[in-house]
Amino acid sequence: MKLELRGITKRFGTLVANDHIDLVVNTGEIHSLLGENGAGKSTLMNVLYGLYAPTSGEILIDDVPVRFSGPSDAMAAGIGMVHQHFMLVPVFTVAENVALGAESTTFGGILNLEETRKKVREISAKFGFDVDPDALVEDLPVGVQQRVEIIKALVRNSKILILDEPTAVLTPQETDELMDIMGQLREGGTSIVFISHKLREVKAVSDTITVIRRGKVVGSAPPSTPTTELAAMMVGRAVNLSLDKADAQPGEETFKVTNLTVMNDAGQRLLDNVTLGVSQGEILAVAGVQGNGQTELTEAVLGLHKHVLGSITLEGQELLGKSVRKILDAGVGFVPEDRSDDGLVGEFSIAENLILDLYKQAPYSRRGTMNHAVIAKNAVEKVEEFDVRAQTAQDPADTLSGGNQQKVVLARELSRPLKLFIASQPTRGVDVGSIEFLHKRIVAERDAGTPVLIVSTELDEVLELADRIAVLFAGRLMGIVPGKSSRALIGLMMAGLPAAEAQEQMNKQDTEPETATDAVSASEAQGSASTNDSGVQS
Amino acid sequence: MSIATTTDHGKVHDAVAVRSWKMPILFAALALFAVVVFILLGPGGTATFRISSSGDAWQVPNLVLPAKAVGIVVSLACAALTYVAYNQTKTRGRIATWVVMVFTVLFVVGLMVWIIGGTTTQNITLVGLFTGAMLITTPLVFGSMSGVLSERAGVVNIAIEGQLLAGAFTAALVSSITHNAYAGLVAAAVAGVLVSLLLALFSIKYVVNQIIVGVVLNVLVSGLTGFLFEKIMKTKVDGVTLFNQPAHLPNLPIPLLSEIPIIGPTLFRQSIIGYFMLILVAALWFGLFRTRWGLRVRAVGEHPKAADTVGINVNRTRVLNVLAGGAVAGVGGAYFTLVAVSSFSKDMTGGLGFIALAALIFGRWNPIGAALAALLFGVAGNLQSILSLAGTPIDGQFLAMLPYALTILAVSGFVGKAMAPAADGEPYIKE
Amino acid sequence: MSEPQLPPPGGSLDNKEPGAGAGGAKAPWKTDNESNGSQLMREIISGNAMISVLAVLVALVIGGVLIAVTDQRVVTAFGYFFSDPSATFGAIWASISDAYGALWRGATYDPNSRTWQGRLGIFETLTFATPLILSGLAVTLAFRVGLFNIGAQGQIILGATFAGVVGFMMELPPGIHLVAVVLAGALGGAIWGGIAGFLKAKTGAHEVIVTIMLNYIAISLVLYLLKNQLRDPASSNPISPRMHETAMFPLLLGPNYRLHAGLILAIAAVFAVSWLLNRSTLGFEYRAIGANPRAARTAGMLVSRGYITVMLISGALAGLAGVTQLAGTEKILDSDVAGSIGFDAITVALLGRSKPWGTFFAALLFGAFKAGGTSMAVNADVSIDIVAVVQSLIVLFIAAPPLVRSMFRIKAVSREGVAA
Repeated sequence: MKLELRGITKRFGTLVANDHIDLVVNTGEIHSLLGENGAGKSTLMNVLYGLYAPTSGEILIDDVPVRFSGPSDAMAAGIGMVHQHFMLVPVFTVAENVALGAESTTFGGILNLEETRKKVREISAKFGFDVDPDALVEDLPVGVQQRVEIIKALVRNSKILILDEPTAVLTPQETDELMDIMGQLREGGTSIVFISHKLREVKAVSDTITVIRRGKVVGSAPPSTPTTELAAMMVGRAVNLSLDKADAQPGEETFKVTNLTVMNDAGQRLLDNVTLGVSQGEILAVAGVQGNGQTELTEAVLGLHKHVLGSITLEGQELLGKSVRKILDAGVGFVPEDRSDDGLVGEFSIAENLILDLYKQAPYSRRGTMNHAVIAKNAVEKVEEFDVRAQTAQDPADTLSGGNQQKVVLARELSRPLKLFIASQPTRGVDVGSIEFLHKRIVAERDAGTPVLIVSTELDEVLELADRIAVLFAGRLMGIVPGKSSRALIGLMMAGLPAAEAQEQMNKQDTEPETATDAVSASEAQGSASTNDSGVQS
Repeated sequence: MSIATTTDHGKVHDAVAVRSWKMPILFAALALFAVVVFILLGPGGTATFRISSSGDAWQVPNLVLPAKAVGIVVSLACAALTYVAYNQTKTRGRIATWVVMVFTVLFVVGLMVWIIGGTTTQNITLVGLFTGAMLITTPLVFGSMSGVLSERAGVVNIAIEGQLLAGAFTAALVSSITHNAYAGLVAAAVAGVLVSLLLALFSIKYVVNQIIVGVVLNVLVSGLTGFLFEKIMKTKVDGVTLFNQPAHLPNLPIPLLSEIPIIGPTLFRQSIIGYFMLILVAALWFGLFRTRWGLRVRAVGEHPKAADTVGINVNRTRVLNVLAGGAVAGVGGAYFTLVAVSSFSKDMTGGLGFIALAALIFGRWNPIGAALAALLFGVAGNLQSILSLAGTPIDGQFLAMLPYALTILAVSGFVGKAMAPAADGEPYIKE
Repeated sequence: MSEPQLPPPGGSLDNKEPGAGAGGAKAPWKTDNESNGSQLMREIISGNAMISVLAVLVALVIGGVLIAVTDQRVVTAFGYFFSDPSATFGAIWASISDAYGALWRGATYDPNSRTWQGRLGIFETLTFATPLILSGLAVTLAFRVGLFNIGAQGQIILGATFAGVVGFMMELPPGIHLVAVVLAGALGGAIWGGIAGFLKAKTGAHEVIVTIMLNYIAISLVLYLLKNQLRDPASSNPISPRMHETAMFPLLLGPNYRLHAGLILAIAAVFAVSWLLNRSTLGFEYRAIGANPRAARTAGMLVSRGYITVMLISGALAGLAGVTQLAGTEKILDSDVAGSIGFDAITVALLGRSKPWGTFFAALLFGAFKAGGTSMAVNADVSIDIVAVVQSLIVLFIAAPPLVRSMFRIKAVSREGVAA
């Protein structure tokens, strides 16, 4: 089935998310949409899937114009979508989720789930999915949930499958499996729209690549296009983001995490017996696929977790068991992973957000009374110093762009003497211009002698900032390696190989490359070829 | 390649590390209560439970229990079960279901024996207890089914009270005018739907906070019915109030079934509303958990966006369910004026709508659970009025508090886990 | 993992107020994660005065229609509508103007009234407004922390009960006695509110459910006490003895008017809550918790302590409302001491947009409705229930500005944010 988008425009108020986008996806083709976060890829797909009505433009299937008033129309036309955030009901079984909206019934609308179970088993067997139709979705690992989403689309006989950032939540291993599945589907005649901002994956799997920037199509390219060229198309200018940073001058190791274990309410170990340390004047970056315990590590340090065992010390002082307030007062600066959820109060002014965790200190308040004049003055200074682009410091924080919001958080956390600086995903969803600024400020804090702990799921960011790299997998520490280690080594560790084993694999591969697994060779080849795509994966 | 996987090695230990002590604490408190109250303050003599009434075809002998002895046995058993619960929590992190069940049954038996043994007459007619309870239970069931319908689809329904009241008023008015109780019944359903229409309009179309809408609708209906009651129903024509003389729905006993001791008089000697209630509960349960309709409704209440992406119209589902809930609650309201009492009076639902909400929560948003909770609350309410006549060791006001207190315990997690549908109260906004 | 909502459409202000549209230019890919409480607050705090005025107007018009169609004169005149249409319109005008005229005079100034109290209804308005201000503040304050305190009713009852115990069971010197009564009332309300706050903080129990349930428990509790420990031995009804003179608020305008010093307490509370919310560090914490509890927690604020303390303060304010009712107006405790004040408090707080001074003026308006409603019932034979209808309609319209706008074809002014 051939899909064509002609002149699709989608506006949200004053924001133009898609601007006259043209796109042709041929039968049995894997067509990648490449673009930065916020380039408008997901919006375009939501238009295609009938979730948003386009402001103007038309959609053609097999050269016939169609109008979708809702997802059901899109599905009826043979379009299936695997959303970035899975559209599964957690308390339903796999079969119930697959059946939903396309239920087999006996008389009077009584559910016939047996029929659905059969289909799930069939598809599962065909692609080697190993999915139990009666398992509760909330009990399944992320990778399996994604397969349930694919089954959902296949059960509905989708001829065009949209995969929206499907690899964001997967390990490299799972990613490779997904690419196999995509290949099989293509063989079966399914067209696939693959949305990603990861150049390596896009190059590995696509037949055609279309690059989108700021809501517009920049151009199309074959997968053989050099990485640097694709990256340049994606961000709009030649990218050279490698940071000028001097080698670290590590001092005393003042921050120590010993045998740290974090559990959720159900008693599962989210972080399992992790031991690491950060020295003064050093950046330790924690790498890993999203959801392997990094969030828990930083939150445990800040005292946000209930069920924690082990020890966390800062300059000899035990932090574990202390309140967040006490830990902040002990000199910990903290940039949370999700700024709009944890870092800012959206409806508070920039000025108020700049003192969100300093409001109890003089001169911002005295004897329980806030001093608004001082707070306003502080805001003016910080806005200037951190180059926050806002009309006034009294604007609500949620009127700022992501990059400027992040600058506000960073300005606040760096505005007092620190003994430890922690930043989680410091540049997620931030424009390229701001990334450079933010990275420089982080390195400057290191150079001032503060131990710095960075968590990032973007390998490029890790490689750029780190003096040493720690890798987490399934809540456990796979090892700590030097900052200049190869992507391939870190990739193996992110897939669950302890450092020593990973190194062994690497050595073996060097001597007899033909025995290396596909996964390793692919990531190695791409990794070495694309050291320059750093920074664009913001 | 050896890929490390999440291991289960520490699972048991971990579960223990994060166990909840709420249940053992509750058990201990209740066991202590049992020891102090049932044994130390317990009555002497016996408690008699009369099962058959004199007119019954099948006579079942009375159940006579020695109060003190039962009190001692129950207290000690409760204490023992508390220890078991403590041990299970300590070693396994959770308590076996049988422990909870046995504890509950024992405690209720102990409580009943203590209460009845402490009255001046020391006996109670179970038939009277249950048939009387139905006067409260019936509107409660309808109210909570209204809640099930709308909350399962993700719309919080605080307006049950208003829906019941609107139904009661309209049933009285229309059946007075038409002299036809069935016309009143239909009109009551329509009135309930109208209240729901406002709930749907404001909470779904205008995305006003659902709790606010519910609270305000209750005030609106109370004011409106109060105003119209003063203006219309109190107006006398030739010395009689023409518009507050509702025709009544007759009782329709079912042959044979109505002769079963206790159950017969309670369930099978009812008006059409009573039978409708039985069918409704069963149908809603089946519908929610066994049909396409139910699967979709639950999906809308749990994860509306997921439902939307598979082509289910979220807001239409919600509107329809809220309206259906209104019709159901309207019928429940009609019970007040067409069956229970002979005329409408101001604010006559007296907070039963909120007890219905409590039953909904205590029954965990499950039709059968909610119906059983409504039965429990009805029995407690009726016990209160029976006991207000006989001198009792426990003041009726404490029985009146029971539904509310139990609901607080339920939402605080002391009595299992009361989980609302995940998207309950969350508006669904789409472009 | 469930993200039940679509990202909020950036420019669509159909369901949101211009103020709330501050987040309007949010990039469409960003999922809206804000808690329910914060959404609720945005709905309430934002908005403009025009909508409020129009809402009151529309509600009064609908009330007027109800009054007219149920008026016998109008019904009679309508019988010969086609022969004399002017008679019908005349009757409608007479009906509505009688009712609202009586309402207005009852709430402000009525030169024809025979009683002092009736002549200057404005003081009755202030008397009715006093507990509404205090309980409205209780709801307002909790709102700002993202909690919906539906339990003012129960907290008023507990406050009045505690105040009563001190007021009619104890003998204390003048001055000290009243202070003790006030403190006891605040304590009673604080306990009742604190239970909901404690359960919310420690177990996550939804405060709406808990406070509703506590309202009913409070009624049963006070009934029990009035039948036993607190009962007036001289009465056969479940009512308490009369408060001692030393325990009562002094009358502000002499014995001809009911207006008492509780009003001063209420106004002081407005100043206090206003300072608390806007000037104090505690208020900063409260507002942060209300707007984004997760960010507040990350910034070192103790969210659960915030929930508990705010419900203690909120409960205390409602308890004070109970004190002013008992020690100022009612003088004798019965189970109906709270009347409908606890529920009116919610509408007052909503009308006042959850701001202290807004709440104050909303309470004055509703106080006027109550004072005028009584006079309307007596002088125009229109049941006071119509006031409840008008009040609830006002709140509905205020909560749904797009509805009011569409009625008057006002265009929503969208506020443009800085595009990402």
